[in-house]
Amino acid sequence: MNIVVCVKQTPDTAATVTVQDGKVSWGDAPLVINPWDEFAVEQALRTKEAHGGKVTALSLGPEAAKEALKHALAMGCDEAVLVSDPAISAPDSLVVSTVLAAAIAKLGEVDLVFFGRQAVDSDTGLTGAQVARRLGWPSLSLAAAVTALDPGAKTITVARMLDEGRQEVKAPLPAVVSVTKEICEPRYPSFMGIRKASKAPIPVWSLAEIGISAAPQSVLTWPEVFAPPKIETQCEIVAGDSAVAKAAALAARLIEEKVI
Amino acid sequence: MEFSLTSEQLMVQRMVRDFAQKEAAPRIKELDRDQRADPGLIQRMGALGLLGICLPVRYGGQGLDYISLGLVCEELEYVDSSLRVVLSVHLGLNSLGLLQWGSEAQKLRYLVPQATGEKVAGFALTEPGAGSDVAGLASTARPVDGGYQLQGEKTWISLAGVADHVLWFARTASKAADPHQALTAFILETDRPGVQRGDLHGKLGIRAGSTGWLACDQVFVPVENRLGEEGEGFRIAMACLDGGRYTVASGAAGLIRACLDASVRYAQERRVFGKPLAEVQLIEQKIAGMAQAHAIARLLYLQAGWMKNQGLRNTRETSMAKWYATEAAFACASQAVQVHGAYGYSDEYDVERFLRNARGAMIYEGTSEIHTLIQAGYALGARVDTPLRCELPAYDPAVWSAPGSD
Repeated sequence: MNIVVCVKQTPDTAATVTVQDGKVSWGDAPLVINPWDEFAVEQALRTKEAHGGKVTALSLGPEAAKEALKHALAMGCDEAVLVSDPAISAPDSLVVSTVLAAAIAKLGEVDLVFFGRQAVDSDTGLTGAQVARRLGWPSLSLAAAVTALDPGAKTITVARMLDEGRQEVKAPLPAVVSVTKEICEPRYPSFMGIRKASKAPIPVWSLAEIGISAAPQSVLTWPEVFAPPKIETQCEIVAGDSAVAKAAALAARLIEEKVI
Repeated sequence: MEFSLTSEQLMVQRMVRDFAQKEAAPRIKELDRDQRADPGLIQRMGALGLLGICLPVRYGGQGLDYISLGLVCEELEYVDSSLRVVLSVHLGLNSLGLLQWGSEAQKLRYLVPQATGEKVAGFALTEPGAGSDVAGLASTARPVDGGYQLQGEKTWISLAGVADHVLWFARTASKAADPHQALTAFILETDRPGVQRGDLHGKLGIRAGSTGWLACDQVFVPVENRLGEEGEGFRIAMACLDGGRYTVASGAAGLIRACLDASVRYAQERRVFGKPLAEVQLIEQKIAGMAQAHAIARLLYLQAGWMKNQGLRNTRETSMAKWYATEAAFACASQAVQVHGAYGYSDEYDVERFLRNARGAMIYEGTSEIHTLIQAGYALGARVDTPLRCELPAYDPAVWSAPGSD
């Protein structure tokens, strides 16, 4: 099977997010592979291990985003491609999906594309579905398990994780699948993989090389960005001679504060 | 002068940080309380390749450099010293010793299964009556037909209870001879008839680590098990310590960072006199001191790692790194307890464990006093390194990543 996994480079989730001059700032947080995408990479690798074929990691971003692709290579992906073009800046998901769909088309006969459910920085959760729409392929979002995959019959069945419960969905291949963290436990990059990844050539494709002549422009803007107001908390110890007295005093305080 | 880590080294650092945080950190408090080593830990570290990280691929290793080994130790000891101790004895003291001094046959027979973690390795130098005074050890190796007969007892040996192979140091010449020429090193399989061993408990720190004793009663080892030449044991032991001390130094840098991070977190949460603890100058001073200690410890061990990569003799620099970092780690852990106040004195927080764990490293792999003497010796010109018959090979990425000839 020819499998593609799309990954994004994002700030580390341990970073502190602040708002400076109307813009979101992650400070000098280290940049890592989007943690949700590690589940997508793992599922892509497991699919290859079960059914054969190859896994290509694909990303859109600046030159530095190669580090996220190296992580995917170190986990075991066979190849990686970065799409990077100075004409793209601050892309919204419509732009990203246009570019990724064109790059996937250039990769040739692709059977399956995996995405993480969302990126930890922009958090739209839309890119997978939009790429599927642009390719004209089924979109299987929020997959918590691949319950069946038949490369011969070219079908895939996944269990989707919804608020209401689980939903089994079957679709023909090629298809786009976005995964939740329930689907698998991502492996650590192996040291052998790390050595190979650090030396692996990662081709960089421009927009022209994937057949896009005019750079798509973002339609979404963020006219106002503000940090949520800081919540001041205070700790108060409710005293009492016995557990009953403490409980009564606590209840009185909660009624006084109109909590209950 | 290049101070940045390579993308390879950064990936190693992140991978080991993830492993230590996800798999070791959640269990460490309970293991430490129970004075119990995690029985699956060494196998897991072996499966991930940690036990052979800086060894050539043809000897079963992962083909990474000596700086990566230091980074791994820093990340492991950030969580608990017992994790780093495994790498210190298995890889730093034993496997790097085999890489440096072993014959090709010995490397294939012993180093390969150690690098993959199939066999666990230890280092048996210290005796009940001889620690710092290495040349005064009492174990003997008597030449017999086809090999040697080992007699003697070793104690304070990490992984003694689980090791499959240990480097065993014994006297092959009488006490009258030059003591530095009197020792010989052996590769001892612990399943040989006459080998006995046991665990030691009641340690102040590193309670989740395995420490024990080994005794040889008329144990035969064939001549093929001799590491290096007869009488070369003292030099081999000292060279092995250049590897072990490097892992202790880099690990201690991780312990300092753990003290710093814990103190920063607590100082920002805890309020005192109507303001965060972090705004009290005397607390700021402690935190600044920990940040300074971490920077110094890290630069010192990275320098030693860089010298190992270059194939430069680093006994002096490694000793300096180990001496500084372990003393600083104990001081920082003590200050971290102070920052935490009474909570720091309880095992509800990690810093009391850091303090107990830090203390041992001022004793093992050269006491602080021995390192003081070593540094004085270099500074005063009384101590000069002479070339060794076998030097630790410089890191060569092409050689390290080349597959085996078979």
